[in-house]
Amino acid sequence: MSLTAPSAAKIGHPNIGREPLWVRVVVIGVVIAFVTLMLVLPLIAVFAQALSKGLSPFVEAIGQPDSLSAIGLTLITAAIAVPFNAAFGVIAAWAIAKHRFVGKSLLVSLIDVPFSISPVVAGLAYILVFGLQGWAGSWLIDHDIKIIFAVPGIVLATIFVTFPFVARQLIPLMQAQGVDEEEAAASLGASALKTFWRVTAPNIRWGLLYGVLLCNARAMGEFGAVSVVSGHIRGLTDTMPLHVEILYNEYDFVGAFAVAALLCLLAIVTLILKAALEAFQPEVAANAV
Amino acid sequence: MVALAPHAGSPPRHPSAARRPLFRRRSAVPGFALTLGTTILILSLVVLIPVSAVVIRAAGMTPEAFAAAAFSRRALHAYYLSFGASFLAAMVNGVFGALTAWALVRYSFPGKALVNAIVDLPFALPTAVAGVSLAILYAPTGWVGGFLAPFGIKVAYNPTGVLIALIFIGLPFVVRTLEPVLRDLPIDVEEAAATLGAGRFDTIRRVIVPAILPAWLTGFALAFARAVGEYGSVIFIAGNMPFKSEIAPLLIAQELEQFDSAAASAIAVVMLGVAFLMLLLINGLQAWARRKT
Repeated sequence: MSLTAPSAAKIGHPNIGREPLWVRVVVIGVVIAFVTLMLVLPLIAVFAQALSKGLSPFVEAIGQPDSLSAIGLTLITAAIAVPFNAAFGVIAAWAIAKHRFVGKSLLVSLIDVPFSISPVVAGLAYILVFGLQGWAGSWLIDHDIKIIFAVPGIVLATIFVTFPFVARQLIPLMQAQGVDEEEAAASLGASALKTFWRVTAPNIRWGLLYGVLLCNARAMGEFGAVSVVSGHIRGLTDTMPLHVEILYNEYDFVGAFAVAALLCLLAIVTLILKAALEAFQPEVAANAV
Repeated sequence: MVALAPHAGSPPRHPSAARRPLFRRRSAVPGFALTLGTTILILSLVVLIPVSAVVIRAAGMTPEAFAAAAFSRRALHAYYLSFGASFLAAMVNGVFGALTAWALVRYSFPGKALVNAIVDLPFALPTAVAGVSLAILYAPTGWVGGFLAPFGIKVAYNPTGVLIALIFIGLPFVVRTLEPVLRDLPIDVEEAAATLGAGRFDTIRRVIVPAILPAWLTGFALAFARAVGEYGSVIFIAGNMPFKSEIAPLLIAQELEQFDSAAASAIAVVMLGVAFLMLLLINGLQAWARRKT
């Protein structure tokens, strides 16, 4: 072999780092077709069904008292679950990312447990603790507190399934940022709270927002865990995803898909904000899965 | 330096110097005890105690009652469907997800930003919405189902419907696990392979595939684990017929509707066991991936 052949290949050979044009076209075509069929089409179908009888039945379906109360309950649930998990995420990330201790990786794995458990099993777990025959059952009856088949159970189940979102965003981010700035603040006499608000908080705000965004989408959309503990009482323990199921099973397709369309809008807004955050703050997307 | 040391003749690895890394430097960052204590307390109340309640409830059953609930013919068929469909869905996502990640990292094409954003749709779209939408799309009267019906292909209210829903739910896992690895792949290795006379196909098979294999397996395992527990997107399209299209999480929900929390816990413990094994596998795969890079 002559010495010139490799160097000629290095400069001009079309095969380096690139496939032939027809391969590229086929791959891109397959990807676009697959994404369109599996992801875009279901999204379009929701709006097509919701608006199949025109705009006014759509608006009417959303204006139904049961639909409005489902929207209200979903907003209340997210308004409790998301700040709770955001606060937990910040506290856990502070302990885990800014300090060294034995058993840290076990703790991180345990925080992730809700992601690997079926939502239905999560609902079952809360029934076993708070249900009539559960561990706290008789105490709750004595004190006239209702958790299962009531709003508190829905909030608790939602907290469970969205538990890891903020923590798993913040832990790698805060680990990457190190402790130098916090140590400097502490050595200059800043209190713990002041150190957090003035030094750490500005560094983690975008990562926190990213985690909150994903947490909120899941909190408003959770179905399995909430379905098990809700009892499906219309107008009382009926969240938006559960209401979609009720209307769908009653063959009220315009109503079901009208509520579903609102949830689609939530998903679209979430994706737009997520893409914007990833574009302007690339480091927040480091732990997207 | 050596002259100043008291044991000038001793080997450089001084005993006290060797022990030194064992001493942890106390962090000057405040709030350790408070935040760690709060973390463990909330984690216990929200996650550990409720999940242990499932295990304790199942452990309180007689072995016969446990086996009757967890390994009934109906339950065995539900596991078979849940694990089988999840595996197939992860395979489909392994192929199309890898192509998607490759196209997003290596090619530029019109609509790329849109494809990139919409890949995350299954993370953001409520599962029940995905479920009702896929159900009407793939029903015999739907856009896709109506197209397939003349060929005798039934998707909705069939095990195939379960597969479709699980493909939807698992797609982002493979794409998002592969993307960063593909992006960090050094291009000069491929150039070296091409320079040495390897064709593009050989380069992909011998250079790129081995490099991304751990990440691909991790994405596959994540998609599989998610699919096994999936409920909302499946139940609308599955038809939910026992021995045919009934998934394991649905069986748990149905035992609960009959207030048989023991039977529900028995099936749930089997699911928890599989989830735990998957978690170990994924952790092992990720450690392998880290060693490779």
